Amino acid sequence: MDSTTVVAVVSIASAGLTIGIGCMCPALGEGRAVATALTSLAQQPDASSTITRTLFVGLAMIESLAIYCFVVSMILIFANPFWSHVISQTGGK
Amino acid sequence: MNLTSDQVVLWHYGFMKLNETILTTWVMMILMTLGARLITRKLLSEGVISRWQGALEIIVTGIEKQIRDVGLSQAVKYLPFLGTLFLFVATCSLCIVIPGFKPPTGSLSTTAALALCVFVAVPLFGISEQGFVSYLKTYTQPTIIMLPFNIISELSRTLALAVRLFGNMMSGVMIVGILLTITPFLFPIVMTALGLLTGMVQAYIFSILAGVYIAAATQSAKPKLNRHARNKKDLYG
Repeated sequence: MDSTTVVAVVSIASAGLTIGIGCMCPALGEGRAVATALTSLAQQPDASSTITRTLFVGLAMIESLAIYCFVVSMILIFANPFWSHVISQTGGK
Repeated sequence: MNLTSDQVVLWHYGFMKLNETILTTWVMMILMTLGARLITRKLLSEGVISRWQGALEIIVTGIEKQIRDVGLSQAVKYLPFLGTLFLFVATCSLCIVIPGFKPPTGSLSTTAALALCVFVAVPLFGISEQGFVSYLKTYTQPTIIMLPFNIISELSRTLALAVRLFGNMMSGVMIVGILLTITPFLFPIVMTALGLLTGMVQAYIFSILAGVYIAAATQSAKPKLNRHARNKKDLYG
């Protein structure tokens, strides 16, 4: 395998791993948060507006972790700096 | 495939470039300003109000109520800033139903600019509310050891605001683009409808988070004051 293939293989595989693992863990966290919020809503329906707002803010915080992973994997696939470097190195020859 | 609309350069002269992001941002701003100007030209305080004025009043009072719910009691003071953030992000994400429109919030430069506005506005509001010295003192709460962590959290939440909005908007556009090549008709429509929902949620979250940060910066001295007052009352009473 020459260096171009190595960069391509590592980029594609790590993009898949990034989005896979990076979706799994925040999904577990979001599930726990929603479950707890639903329990609290059932116990205290009067506080629904506060609980819902806090839930949304918290979910956004958790979800942003998944979004970071998504952005990284998108960069690895569509705007890979290492790939462009390799291409510019080998393209000249 | 272009990751952001920054890479589409429509016109350039020397070092100046006009890319699609700047164009759509300015079109959105002009549209929103003109629309607001046209609606507020003839405001009525009594009698039968126009439908547009009714809609605008619903939006403004709704945003004001949300800001007050966050814990900012002087909601009117923060309404221009937070309301502008919300309306800009919300309108941008609503316009994705227009074919060929790429939301300017799907570019990291726009969202970084919006997040920098929040980054600058939070200390300004905090200083105007508490004074310079007592605002700086909040960075050393609860102890002086927390000073670097407070500064890091200030920076990292700005980064998080920018990347969260960018990632959500960009992913919406990109997923529709990818699905168009795989399953041309049904799924892109469903995903666009989902993108409308995500866009509104993100607009809400962006402005609510900015409100929460402002509330934390302006009100951190309040509980101590209360405790102080209570102690004084105990002492004298």
